[in-house]
Amino acid sequence: MSGPEYLVEMRGIVKKFPNVVANDNVSFTLRPGEVHALLGENGAGKSTLMNILYGIYRPDAGEIWVYGKKVDIRGPRDALALGIGMVHQQFKLIPVHTVAENVILGLREQGFVINERKINNELTQLIQRYGWTISPNSRVWQLSAGEKQQVELLKALYRKVRILILDEPTSVLTPQETVALFQTLRKMASQGLGVVLITHKLEEVFSVADRVTVMRAGRNVATKNVKETNIEELVELMIGRPLLKISSTRSLDTSKPVLEASGLVVLGDKGLEAVRNVSFKLYRGEILGIAGVSGNGQTELLEAIAGLRKIMRGKVLLDGVDITNRHPQKIIDAGVSYIPAEVLRYSAPEMTVAENLVLKAYRNHLFANSLMIRWRDVNRKAEELVKAFRIVTPTITNKVANLSGGNIQRLVLARELGTLPNTKVILAAYPTRGLDIASTEQIHQELVKRAEQGVAVLLVSEELEELMALSDRIMVMYRGEIVGVLRRGEYDVEEIGLMMTGVKRAEVSA
Amino acid sequence: MIELVESVLVGAVASGTVFLLASLGETVAERAGVLNLGMEGMMIMGASLSYIFTNALGHGWAITAVLLVGAILGLLHALFTVSLRLNQVVVGLAFTVLGLGLSGLLASNEIRGRIILALNPEASPAVIASQEAAKLPPIPIPGLVNIPIIGPMIFSHNILVYISLILAGGLWFILFKTSFGLSLRSVGENPSMADALGVNVFLIRYIAMAICGALGSLAGAYLFIGYQPFWVEGMTQGRGFISLALVILATWNPLRAILGAYLFGGVEALQFRLQLVGVAAQLPYFLLMLPYIVTIVTLTLLSAESVRKRIGVPAALGVPYSRE
Repeated sequence: MSGPEYLVEMRGIVKKFPNVVANDNVSFTLRPGEVHALLGENGAGKSTLMNILYGIYRPDAGEIWVYGKKVDIRGPRDALALGIGMVHQQFKLIPVHTVAENVILGLREQGFVINERKINNELTQLIQRYGWTISPNSRVWQLSAGEKQQVELLKALYRKVRILILDEPTSVLTPQETVALFQTLRKMASQGLGVVLITHKLEEVFSVADRVTVMRAGRNVATKNVKETNIEELVELMIGRPLLKISSTRSLDTSKPVLEASGLVVLGDKGLEAVRNVSFKLYRGEILGIAGVSGNGQTELLEAIAGLRKIMRGKVLLDGVDITNRHPQKIIDAGVSYIPAEVLRYSAPEMTVAENLVLKAYRNHLFANSLMIRWRDVNRKAEELVKAFRIVTPTITNKVANLSGGNIQRLVLARELGTLPNTKVILAAYPTRGLDIASTEQIHQELVKRAEQGVAVLLVSEELEELMALSDRIMVMYRGEIVGVLRRGEYDVEEIGLMMTGVKRAEVSA
Repeated sequence: MIELVESVLVGAVASGTVFLLASLGETVAERAGVLNLGMEGMMIMGASLSYIFTNALGHGWAITAVLLVGAILGLLHALFTVSLRLNQVVVGLAFTVLGLGLSGLLASNEIRGRIILALNPEASPAVIASQEAAKLPPIPIPGLVNIPIIGPMIFSHNILVYISLILAGGLWFILFKTSFGLSLRSVGENPSMADALGVNVFLIRYIAMAICGALGSLAGAYLFIGYQPFWVEGMTQGRGFISLALVILATWNPLRAILGAYLFGGVEALQFRLQLVGVAAQLPYFLLMLPYIVTIVTLTLLSAESVRKRIGVPAALGVPYSRE
């Protein structure tokens, strides 16, 4: 191979946003033919750094060298012209257009009339080379998340990019799709591309990357060959200290369930059955995990139990009392906490931190008499919770809208876990989605602590690692149905992954 | 009976061409993400200008002037909605009000007379005072016009009818088969993405609005010199708004707009003829209502999520675009 050693060299990059230095003198290199993981917690500055390379942000200081030449990237167009492509977390695709139309949009060498046959041939070749199954003529809205990602990759390949950046590409994929993606990335690297993989998941570093650059609080703390490092070292580099082990000494009392659901049928937003005939029992002190690709009825199931969505058929019993389709307030009073997936939608962004914290409990005698809210008690509690849940906010009178995503997540958690007396059941939907390791760890500990105190937890997550670490049992949901239940000790990533695609348990083991 | 059907069909094309030209223009604008509620105003401006210019300089100059002024009106609309990012509904309605007023002012005896004299000092006092203008001559296409039903329906009209049909096909080709069309549709779906991929969102929206304004005004010119060349203030009578509904009915597709336009035109032709014959006095009113009912039904169907995914409203319709 001739040419410069590095495809990309970023030197001394500084990027400041109001109140925060996102990149503080960061350096980064990318070699041809390597997959380079950019690892770090949320807010460590990984995406900012790559958005600078892709031209979305302009650095306040520092130099970027591409193919050994100093460049000035003023926007994504410049980046594309240099052969730099980026696949964002949110796909930049037009759903009503075809795959081919999405790929060729903005290409100048197309000429006025689009030569459909030529483009379809070229795309089909590329698709076959990578072993994909999408067709150039499908409409993007018909595709699954994994296939949409293939369209994004196709876009980059068709533009002959030599540098490809992927921002947390696995967050929308099933385990199988993730494996396929990693094979694709290896193949791209073997053809001389440089691939940057932005991630906060350690196992991804080890399964696909050649080198890893770790970022923490806006600085690059180390760049290592993946072969010469290990998980413990990377965790320490990422969060600045070793990870605490989750250890729990819970004993389950399986004589009588706290929460019992039988034959639940719930409709989704489109009026179709999102939950089909789901039954389960949840015991005191148990954490019951629900695995599945999101959108398979998990959210609807939790909403139905919390009283936010109508149960068409079936029953929910809490300590033997029927709470099916009761008013949400009654269900809250009965001891059910609900940590929703979309935390912002379930908070009041224009109200203060303190007000949000007592949104569910303000009627409670702790904070109010029959007529008036006692703000002094509310504020005292809010101060206490902000400290206990490490919510970063200047004061408790700041608007929630101004908080970062992780902080809103912690705030909702504090609201659900810290303000209601006599919680019996916690319904948690993706409580750590998008959070970094330290925040995730904190939420895990909080859930385990509650379980130890005898609270039953129903935990929906897409992270199998998380489910396997915390749950006593794991139910797998696919298209609204329970495909199977595994007990602790029987967990197997491969098997759960298959079940997430609808393969029944018997078929798996057979 | 056959004669009545034939005359209604011929009338459908004759009056439907107004809707066709206008909805073609509107389709281009909306595909690019700009809602032009000023269509009615642009149309009546076209009618008024074609009246004045035909009497001063003849049909050729009238059509040229109408296209030019229409494009300028479209560009002005784009200036407000694309560059200054004002609310498209408000700006559009303002253009409608402006057009209705300005067209009446220009066509009023005093001002019209001065304009005609300025353009053509030799114009006779009779022409200057006339409330009418010469109608575009029909150009039957030899051979084709003899096909039963279809022949007279399509091939017995004036030049603007043929142009409108060619435009429908041409715009369909441009929208769906060319890279410019792809860029234009992408701008209407997701402008920030198109921008990132190197598409000039602002330029495309300006071009789309120029086309929309030109075709909207041309529709008005056709209404006057091609359909009923007798000046009445406000003679568009809401046809601009019907064209907006037609765009939805045709699901933003120029070819489907032909069918929709002739359907609406047919309703107009039919009620006109029924009124003449004196069939049940209420029926014509019922027929006049039909286009709106059809539109409401279409809108209702379109609101279903599953349908919308396939043929829906351009996702960025009515949303001004700004970088960051």
